[in-house]
Amino acid sequence: MATAAHRIARTREEDSPADEAALAAAYEAAFDAAVAADERIEPRDWMPDAYRATLVRQIAQHAHSEIIGMQPEANWITRAPSLRRKAILMAKVQDEAGHGLYLYSAAETLGTSRDELLDKLHSGRQKYSSIFNYPTLTWADVGAIGWLVDGAAITNQVPLCRCSYGPYARAMVRICKEESFHQRQGYELLQALSRGTPEQHEMAQDAVNRWWWPSLMMFGPPDDQSQHSAQSMTWKIKRHSNDELRQRFVDICVPQAESLGLTLPDPDLRWNEERGHYDFGEIDWTEFREVLKGNGPCNEQRITQRRAAHDEGTWVREAAAAYAEKHTAKDITKDRSKDITKDGAKDGETTA
Amino acid sequence: MAAALALGDDALVLSHRLGEWAGHAPVLEEEVALANIALDLLGQARVLLSMAGDEDELAYLREERAFRNVQLVEQPNGDFAHTIARQLYFSTYQRLLYAHLAAGDGEFAGLAAKAVKEVAYHQDHAEQWTLRLGDGTEVSHERMRRACQALWRFTGEMFQPVEGLDVDGEGIRAVWLESVSAVLRQATLDVPEGPQSGAWSAGAGRQGLHTEPFGRMLAEMQHLHRSHPGASW
Repeated sequence: MATAAHRIARTREEDSPADEAALAAAYEAAFDAAVAADERIEPRDWMPDAYRATLVRQIAQHAHSEIIGMQPEANWITRAPSLRRKAILMAKVQDEAGHGLYLYSAAETLGTSRDELLDKLHSGRQKYSSIFNYPTLTWADVGAIGWLVDGAAITNQVPLCRCSYGPYARAMVRICKEESFHQRQGYELLQALSRGTPEQHEMAQDAVNRWWWPSLMMFGPPDDQSQHSAQSMTWKIKRHSNDELRQRFVDICVPQAESLGLTLPDPDLRWNEERGHYDFGEIDWTEFREVLKGNGPCNEQRITQRRAAHDEGTWVREAAAAYAEKHTAKDITKDRSKDITKDGAKDGETTA
Repeated sequence: MAAALALGDDALVLSHRLGEWAGHAPVLEEEVALANIALDLLGQARVLLSMAGDEDELAYLREERAFRNVQLVEQPNGDFAHTIARQLYFSTYQRLLYAHLAAGDGEFAGLAAKAVKEVAYHQDHAEQWTLRLGDGTEVSHERMRRACQALWRFTGEMFQPVEGLDVDGEGIRAVWLESVSAVLRQATLDVPEGPQSGAWSAGAGRQGLHTEPFGRMLAEMQHLHRSHPGASW
């Protein structure tokens, strides 16, 4: 398969590179052609600065969401009501840390570093998904997060498996597999509650009532207010608009809620025969903007805990670095002396 | 079934403590590693408790005085060095114990054969961090030294006889001491000694006598389950 890089290499030979502007235009044309042909852009390929910047922003925000997203669920690990549920929840939170790691690696292929990105998260210069600024108040919230929040994430992320940037697309393939597993587990948790005692059923309904609207907000602002959408779609980073994905999610959730025996907290929700979709009520965009601005119920708590974990871990990371330095230095000295002994002073270059 | 309960409680309680780290670890790789160890231990606990009865009844409906874990595993996490010291002491013991049980043909042989592989990883993880912290910076050295010292007095209990477990505790203690001492020396740390080091080495967790933080840990662990008697989850 011809990659963008090959295409550019060919372009270079064919056109005389004397003219810098012509060369830049050729790079850009090759990039556009690669994207148009659904080829993957790889780390060493030329790409527009704005494409690089938007990917760094999106992948970093995605990674941060995995890391901050551990908190609302980890909040229930020590209180999980059965050992089976506790094991499932621990495994899920562990997966999220793993997803964060994949995504930071994907972002690093674009020329940034994990430290730099974490620093931006801690200082509020980069965001994470608004959903994680809501509190987990009961055990049922763990199920609602699995069903609705992971469900919304999957609806968003499955198209990203075909994203034009190779490392991101490949990370998403791995992540989506695990996410759909989590989503099924969340659904099954809610099902057990919904069919359990009246108190358990009520707990499940209350959780769904609190998480439904924030989950719909995960798809971002409406299409006419989404600042990055058009460019991202041209570049094939995004494949569908916010509103399209949100509609798809609602259409999936309504029958699932019915089969759970739970209701969705929207009096305007009804099937529209003409459109072949569910109509649903207006989202509270004021709340959405407030949460994004940092005024949600848990924004302060989430970022404070993240910073604290990082700051309190500084001495540990410093110890690891100091140990590695000491021992690498020793090992190199050892290897060198070995080389010298083995080769003698044959060419006198082994110590160079 | 006293032995299944003792070993199951060890794994259950330590798993719970490690679960408290989720979202608080010093580096993302440790979020993964600590959760991974916690999950392995929880898996072991579920098999062992199921040998003794219903896993959830045993985990959620026993009072503090009925738990049979050693006091070492119930110690609060403290800082990362404290968690690593606890992990070094316990995983070294658990590996020796499971290796012994796996070699026999008793009721624990099957479980031990699987668990010993997991525990080998836990021990390696703890040893690697003991080296990094002990032989890292001055600060990390001091923290690791203090942690090893503070937890030393809870180690004696691991080698007491357990009813129904055919193990030579003194034999295991000798090998344990050799292994842990070697790691500590390599980490430039002294093996704890002196009058304080053995002060409570007769600790009685196996008899249901625990330390004060344990009750609070159980209150948190059990409250939801106990609030809904008879419910299934």
